[in-house]
Amino acid sequence: MGLGVWLKDRVGALVESQLGPDFHKRTQALAIRQNEYGYDPFGFTKASLKYAAVLGSFLYRNYFRCETHGLANVPAGRVLLVANHSGQLPFDAMVIGAAMFLEGEPPRVVRSMVEKFIPTLPFVSYLLTRTGQITGTPENCRRLLEDGEAILVFPEGVRGISKPFTQRYQLQDFGLGFMRLALENRTPIVPIAVIGAEEQAPAVNVKPLARLIGAPALPISPIPPFLPILPLPVKYRLYFGEPLSFDGDPDDDDDVIVDKVRVVKNSIQSMIHVGLKERKHVFW
Amino acid sequence: MKVVITGIAGRLGRLLARRLHRDGRFEVIGIDRRPFHGRPKDIEHVQVDLRNKKARDVFRAGDVSALVHMGVMHNPRQSEVEHHAWNIGGTTRMLEYCQRYAVPKVIVLSSANVYGPRPDNPQFLTEDAPLLGSQDFPEIRDLIEVDHLASNFLWKAREAETVILRPVHILGGVANAPSNYLRLPVVPTLLGFDPMVQIIHELDVVEAIACGLKPGARGIFNVTGPGELPLSAILDELGRRVLRFPHPVAKPLLGTLWRFGATSFPVPELDFIRFVCMVDGERARAELGFRPRFTLKETIQAVNRV
Repeated sequence: MGLGVWLKDRVGALVESQLGPDFHKRTQALAIRQNEYGYDPFGFTKASLKYAAVLGSFLYRNYFRCETHGLANVPAGRVLLVANHSGQLPFDAMVIGAAMFLEGEPPRVVRSMVEKFIPTLPFVSYLLTRTGQITGTPENCRRLLEDGEAILVFPEGVRGISKPFTQRYQLQDFGLGFMRLALENRTPIVPIAVIGAEEQAPAVNVKPLARLIGAPALPISPIPPFLPILPLPVKYRLYFGEPLSFDGDPDDDDDVIVDKVRVVKNSIQSMIHVGLKERKHVFW
Repeated sequence: MKVVITGIAGRLGRLLARRLHRDGRFEVIGIDRRPFHGRPKDIEHVQVDLRNKKARDVFRAGDVSALVHMGVMHNPRQSEVEHHAWNIGGTTRMLEYCQRYAVPKVIVLSSANVYGPRPDNPQFLTEDAPLLGSQDFPEIRDLIEVDHLASNFLWKAREAETVILRPVHILGGVANAPSNYLRLPVVPTLLGFDPMVQIIHELDVVEAIACGLKPGARGIFNVTGPGELPLSAILDELGRRVLRFPHPVAKPLLGTLWRFGATSFPVPELDFIRFVCMVDGERARAELGFRPRFTLKETIQAVNRV
């Protein structure tokens, strides 16, 4: 126990020294429901935000040197942020979260929907909870949208993040759940194109092996240590598109919903094309 | 108004009896095979097993206006057969009498644990969520069956107002798993897990039951307290020393302790300090008008009440 406390104090002090004065101003400006112990109903606490902020701002400013376009397109109040997913590890989520917190006016905390196996992982489970991430169930999403939060969704899910290098910038099949949720209470959808993440971890997906160990995917990287743990320092570019609004019955047949999802997908795909055309190099 | 309380000799039963007795509008009769210590003089106590025919005699006169059924046994050391016979047998009898002698109000105290702690649970389960609590904890199957029996009665016996209450972890002088756990001098937790939990003060549960007695109230209700907190914040508030074990170590360790009778916590209880099992209490708020009176701090400190 002594070691744990000592470690926590040291890390806390280090984190404090890394945070600029801007951080506290931004944290103050966040609109969050919290109880007398400082927790929101999902276990998010401002006190834990600094750890995420240090990591996020390092990735955003120093490692991936992210360029963000169109952040002002994100409307106030409830919104679904829908982005392409890639890169084996969800750095794209962290960078989008960092953009919204560090550059957003006013700053916002993005709540992303994490895979349902995440709560079974020690440490990861509560660290994500404390920094505002939520288990990806429709009920959770609905509740947070009603509270006016910004929810990040990757409709490609595991299909997207674990796709092999050869399929970079080719959008995988989109799930339909996010559209039904958006229709339920007319939530605007902001499409986001993430450029860069698709090259951060070249890998092939060894599906039979993944099935053997019961994991959703098992990407093998040609670079030691052969598991894509460390991403390459590619340059990230984020494009936030104009908000899209949809009308209709959330309980419609799949083929009706598919048409609406296609609008979002096409919008992301065309932003990807523009982004790829504009960039001069993968790393700078 | 004549109210029959089963399990009146337990901690919650006594608190409820006192609450209704003080109210003045209620005539309280208890059924419990245990003796009722500190019984106020004008509370009648029938000290029999629920399955005994003397229990039927309580209803026979036909003037019972409500049954509060909380006489459910949950002793992990008792065999499943014993549990089943007592809990299912007792509940069936009670519901049978209520129907035969036209009791207009039936309140069954269930628990939010019937949903079960699971990694893929939504943060807040509503009353229509499946009751999966026994999937990894087969020993509590009978508690879920009691809830099912009551739900069936709710739909079948339309002339009675059936209220099923599913409160979150009850804290106080009660000898239930969460209160016992928080009263440990050194509290073991799982390394790397710190789920959000909901707690409610024992007196707030009593108040919720009183709300359920109001005419017109009918249905299944999650009952939540003043809010939700990570387990670690509750242990901090109590100033407990914490010992963290990795889950792969904790599981066989607790299993061994359990086999040697050194602990009162069976292994599946570990999931309650690992995953979320939280509920949405909005329906009880809206339809029963129930509001918890105790704050988070008061509720946590209630484990020190005796």
